Amino acid sequence: MIIEQTAWHAHLIGGMLIGVASLLLMFSIGKIAGISSIVANTLGPRTIKSWQIFFLLGLLLPGLYLVANNELLFINVEKNTALLITAGLLVGIGTKLGNGCTSGHGICGIGRLSWRSIVATMTFMLSAIVTVFITQHII
Amino acid sequence: MKNKILENIFALLSGLVFSLGLWLSDMVNPERIIGFLDISGNWDPALLFVMGGALAIAIPGFYFLNKQQRTLIGLPLQMPKKTDIDKKLITGALLFGIGWGLVGLCPGPVIAVLPNLFDKVIAFVISMLVGMFIVSKLQKR
Repeated sequence: MIIEQTAWHAHLIGGMLIGVASLLLMFSIGKIAGISSIVANTLGPRTIKSWQIFFLLGLLLPGLYLVANNELLFINVEKNTALLITAGLLVGIGTKLGNGCTSGHGICGIGRLSWRSIVATMTFMLSAIVTVFITQHII
Repeated sequence: MKNKILENIFALLSGLVFSLGLWLSDMVNPERIIGFLDISGNWDPALLFVMGGALAIAIPGFYFLNKQQRTLIGLPLQMPKKTDIDKKLITGALLFGIGWGLVGLCPGPVIAVLPNLFDKVIAFVISMLVGMFIVSKLQKR
């Protein structure tokens, strides 16, 4: 049963697991856990790498497990399809153009103390905050 | 051959642990993300704790990894080489941020939660793939 409200230690430990996973990928096979790049690479044109498929599979496993056990989720997602499509396009275009997202730049990049990633992260945080301000308080 | 199998197993394990982290921290829930980004509203600090926890591990971890010559199974460590902060990076980040702020979804969490919220997020996922594809085509010209 997924609890709706999670306590701060769940966020902290969950975050640490994300950090561990990112280190594990680099430590074991020498790759950056940048999910936007991994996903984008499945579209080609270069040959799809098997490690990327297996990583994505690993990413899907917990969700699949929950589905198999008929676990209910209390997660609300935006219902407006046009908005979802717009957001998806922007995320796809933006992450490909900027070579990364919250995992690639935000965790691995900052983890490596890369200025490129620090700037990228601050930039997308800022535009996301402004976007939320406009959509939640102005529109 | 054996190396390939190990490579795939470690990739699977990494993806799994990553996903467990996303689920435990409730990062699969877009309301958490929007709550964090909503600094003038009812602020939800969850993402701060998540990033804090992740970086508390990643910063010392990458410091250590940067000194390694080979990985656990003898592969080269492919650290990114790009260091320049150019228009593409900024533009990309700005656009990504807007998309992320609109519905609170980004690549990692949306893939992790895809089996469970398929009907709700598939439009986003497909559009994301289309967006990536468009840019990759334009970049090839």
